[in-house]
Amino acid sequence: MGSVRAELMKLVRRPAAWLLLAVALVLALTFTYLIPYASYAGGTAGVRTVGGLPAMLPARLVGNSLGGLPVFLGALVLILGVLVVGGEYGWATWKTVLSQGPSRIRVYGAKLAVLAVACLVTVLAVFAAGAGASALIAAAESAPADWPSAGDLAQGVAAGWLIALMWAALGGLLAITLRSVALPIGLGLVWLLAVQNLLAGIAAPLLSWVATAQKGLPGPNAGSLVAALGAADTPGVERLVGAGQATIVLVGYLVGFAILGGAILRRRDVL
Amino acid sequence: MRNPVVTHGLTKRYGEVVAVDGLDLTVRSGEVYGFLGPNGAGKTTTLRMLLGLVRPTAGRVEVAVPRVGALIEGPAFYPYLSGWDNLRVLARYAGVGEARITPVLEMVDLAGAARRRYAGYSLGMKQRLGVAAALLKDPELLILDEPTNGLDPAGMADMRTLIRRLGAAGRTVLLSSHLLGEVQQVCDRVGVIAGGRLIAESTVAELRGGAGLRVVAEPLDRAAARARALLGADRVRVRGDALDLAAGPAEAAKINAELVGAGVAVRELRPAERELEQIFLELTQREGDHRG
Repeated sequence: MGSVRAELMKLVRRPAAWLLLAVALVLALTFTYLIPYASYAGGTAGVRTVGGLPAMLPARLVGNSLGGLPVFLGALVLILGVLVVGGEYGWATWKTVLSQGPSRIRVYGAKLAVLAVACLVTVLAVFAAGAGASALIAAAESAPADWPSAGDLAQGVAAGWLIALMWAALGGLLAITLRSVALPIGLGLVWLLAVQNLLAGIAAPLLSWVATAQKGLPGPNAGSLVAALGAADTPGVERLVGAGQATIVLVGYLVGFAILGGAILRRRDVL
Repeated sequence: MRNPVVTHGLTKRYGEVVAVDGLDLTVRSGEVYGFLGPNGAGKTTTLRMLLGLVRPTAGRVEVAVPRVGALIEGPAFYPYLSGWDNLRVLARYAGVGEARITPVLEMVDLAGAARRRYAGYSLGMKQRLGVAAALLKDPELLILDEPTNGLDPAGMADMRTLIRRLGAAGRTVLLSSHLLGEVQQVCDRVGVIAGGRLIAESTVAELRGGAGLRVVAEPLDRAAARARALLGADRVRVRGDALDLAAGPAEAAKINAELVGAGVAVRELRPAERELEQIFLELTQREGDHRG
């Protein structure tokens, strides 16, 4: 428990963690509510206002809050995962921490625990910000404020948490594998923001085996899960597989990333 | 009482490079042990193996005390936290109460700057915070790897005083250094490492004086002849107005009797204390020749 408290203190005091949360909220609100509402209110209906006003109301809170996780919110939590684990390489503090006696696996477990807390906080914050924005829009437009049921909200938060933690664990694994911060962030972002889109947009329509292989990749499964929960009109959100399969695949990736990261950390020398 | 640190045939290879080669090291309880060697000799790799940061390729490490504190290859902390908060984080990992933080900061004379951010510390303050972190668990064994690196002369003197104080308090201290003067001033015993091998291990006094006798006598040529007859020509060297004999203190009485019996007036017969630097260079040169 002491190691978890130590990791929690490091994260809470770290300005970069709060910056990432702020960026996540700003992006989520801007692309889910601000731009669509500006477009709607200005009367220049575009792609984002296909759903019109109903797409911005509280009834769509779950889908709207999850829509960013397959790509841009996913990228931000991946960066967080890299920072939490890779910071020890960047500052050469693994030796400082391990010299105090905790085992590598204990420290790594504490990092994963803290990442789980941070991912939950991020998802809850996105939901809360979305709830506030949609409530404001409903009030401004005198539209009905029909909130999702508690069950739907819980399901949505759980799905968002799973996806966020999966990306964060990937960030941690990349940091351990590459023993640094900058390169894991760069490679992770290239995968999330470029390779996934190229596979989905260019390779999959041309090659059937790529289309099939996509169904086993983390991004498309995250997109499928959030699509099943109501997300729409967002890059990376497409229902390629069922929600059940997507959940199982994502849990598999989460566990796989976590175990692989721990195994590499345990085996390697701390230089 | 068990020795706090014992290694048996400790070896570390990185591909073709042998960083540490069959090291047998013993650090006794309560002593300040100097681990002396040039840069790249394998000191830090050895210390990392003692702490479990690096896995040996062969051999084994026995660390017989439960509480070990260490400062390895320079201080490393979280730059966005204050010195105090860095120690809070480490205290949580170590499982010690925060009440321990103030005493260790006072021991290294850093209490006044504890609330400042680590990023703004001078190198000397960073080193002292590193020592404070190593002391958090009130360790029975303290491992300090080149703790005076980068410090100005005043900072080095302060650090040596601190190390002597810590050693005097009954702790076992394992101090690695490439600075001979530092080891000479601070340590009880010294292990000399070169090319990953332990090439000498003894007290500083033994290392400096145990290997020879200095004789001032008249007439010198007759003294040299008698000494050569007694010890062999290769163990006798004429240096100025004296003889350097490759003989230990145990042979001093016999040599004195022989010279006096031959009518030589022996004015001085004493252990020849060589400078540690000279010994160090001889040892490492010998090791280099041996390897070459």
